[in-house]
Amino acid sequence: MKRYGDVVAVAGLDLAVAAGECFGLLGPNGAGKTTTIEILEGLTPPDGGEVEVLGQPWRDGAPGRALRERLGIQLQETQLADKLTVAETVQLFRSFYHRSHTVDEVLALVELEEKRGARVASLSGGQKQRLAVACALVSRPDLLFLDEPTTGLDPQSRRQLWDIIGRFREAGGSVLLTTHYMEEAERLCDRVAIMDHGKVIAHGTPRQLIASLGADHVVEFALAGEAQVMPAALEGLPGVKRVRPGPDRIALTVAEVHRAVPALLALLERQGAELSLLTTHHATLEDVFVSLTGRQLRDE
Amino acid sequence: MNDHPLYQLTLSRMREFYREPEAIFWVFGFPIVLAFALGLAFRNSGPGELKVGVASGPGDRGLAATLDASARLGAIVLDTATGRLQLRTGRIALLVVPGDPVVYRYDSTRTESRLARLEVDDALQRSRGRTDAAAVRDERVVELGSRYIDFLIPGLLGMNLLGSGIWGVGFSVVQARQKKLLKRFMATPMRRSHYLLGFILSRLVFLFLEVTALVGFGWLMFHVGVRGSFLTLTGITVLGALSFAGLGLLVASRARTIEGVSGLMNLVMLPMWILSGTFFSYARFPDAMIPFVKALPLTALNDALRAVMIDGTSVAALGAPLGVVATWGAVSFVVALKIFRWR
Repeated sequence: MKRYGDVVAVAGLDLAVAAGECFGLLGPNGAGKTTTIEILEGLTPPDGGEVEVLGQPWRDGAPGRALRERLGIQLQETQLADKLTVAETVQLFRSFYHRSHTVDEVLALVELEEKRGARVASLSGGQKQRLAVACALVSRPDLLFLDEPTTGLDPQSRRQLWDIIGRFREAGGSVLLTTHYMEEAERLCDRVAIMDHGKVIAHGTPRQLIASLGADHVVEFALAGEAQVMPAALEGLPGVKRVRPGPDRIALTVAEVHRAVPALLALLERQGAELSLLTTHHATLEDVFVSLTGRQLRDE
Repeated sequence: MNDHPLYQLTLSRMREFYREPEAIFWVFGFPIVLAFALGLAFRNSGPGELKVGVASGPGDRGLAATLDASARLGAIVLDTATGRLQLRTGRIALLVVPGDPVVYRYDSTRTESRLARLEVDDALQRSRGRTDAAAVRDERVVELGSRYIDFLIPGLLGMNLLGSGIWGVGFSVVQARQKKLLKRFMATPMRRSHYLLGFILSRLVFLFLEVTALVGFGWLMFHVGVRGSFLTLTGITVLGALSFAGLGLLVASRARTIEGVSGLMNLVMLPMWILSGTFFSYARFPDAMIPFVKALPLTALNDALRAVMIDGTSVAALGAPLGVVATWGAVSFVVALKIFRWR
């Protein structure tokens, strides 16, 4: 539990992450993901509850330092020193650990070898982020913490980071990451916990969570003009499991698209309503979040 | 050794410093420019020729010629209004109104004017037939060590140690805090004491360059020497640099923003620039203030530096000022470590 004044940032979180697992904390901005991960990292003292990392509680002094030797941490907002080069930055971080990678090894891991001598200030966003991950990997961690590692990056840089995380896991490492990209969580994580307002509202494997919707497709449509359609009528359509009216469109969770869509079109035809939008997609964690909270994950 | 965190932290600090051209100028260039400008402005050319005016009236030309004949006076005839204006604006030191009696108009609080009165009166009385009662002879000397530049260079050295200690440490700490770099370091097994010591060690390295640059410049340009031992001078500057680095850490221990820390730095440094006898002797302040002024670390350091450079005092006789400097440093460092905001 963590309080800031009267605001309870995180409460009632009960999670266990297994060794070798990649666990994702998922949620919108302000859900308490960063507070949670920083409590786990021993950077923010919790106001209540128990935290164990690699089987140990956080303690000051030598035990705490010994625990830190086994962790790799990337923080959301860190800006590394602009005037140092890539190699110098890694060299500095490496000096804090006993069994670290060499500079060359870790630069190879994050594919920054050509940027070895470049000043940090001259790096692109994606390169800076890979350098931040390099500083986390340099300790040869058993457990890697990544706080929104790909936020604000272009798709190519994002994919590069996913590959780096993938290779780290293949080598046996455990990962705990936060993200508000569903695609990222589905692709990287064995298990995810969806957070909202400082609480975990669902957790499980991405597949389990999506299956909890009861159907694996989502059909979204909107009507032109003032036309209305009763939700009750929609619920009776074949294959439709759930109806979610939204501000600008109606979403149907359906099991069989090939039966639901023709039935929907026939219904609208009978009522004389005209479609202004019709899309279908495979259900994602995004849909899980929307169905749990009634809100979109990102305000876009 | 190469992998020791303290070595790497110190090296990083030094790299960040010397890759900042502005910092190089403020630490090395600025004191030298200041010493050069002030050394020129206050060079010992003597008082020169004193400008006096003679108010127009009967006998003005003769009187002006008499005064002008003196090597130490330059006299011009002015109408009364112009004369008064020039006297008020300091263009002339004194206005002579011819007549009987001759009237001297001047401001008796101005040293220059009082000097002019003596010179004018002397020239006038001699020309009217006064003879000297006693025989005298002048012996003129220029003592190295008594010039303004001799006073100034140790003061600039002290001021520079203060400035680079507080700026060098303060800005970097707050910048690292603002960029969440401090927090990132806290996420590693790095020891906090190593981080702070890294600042202090890197300061010592640059200290040698700073001191060499300023003392070397003073010697080459103005023949400002060091009378005491170089070893003592080195020891004092090291102590001063350590003490001010501690003060810098204290100033930066809580501030979250560059603006915030800038204000604090000025609050700490400005009073010392004025009070601590950098540009002029603090003996000019009222007696009641002197004990307070002497308790400031920059005053103590300046006193010790001047004692070594000008008087050649040995380190044994400098216990009191050096004690003040060391106490400030030690107390600041301990308090800074206690209240330091690490994230």
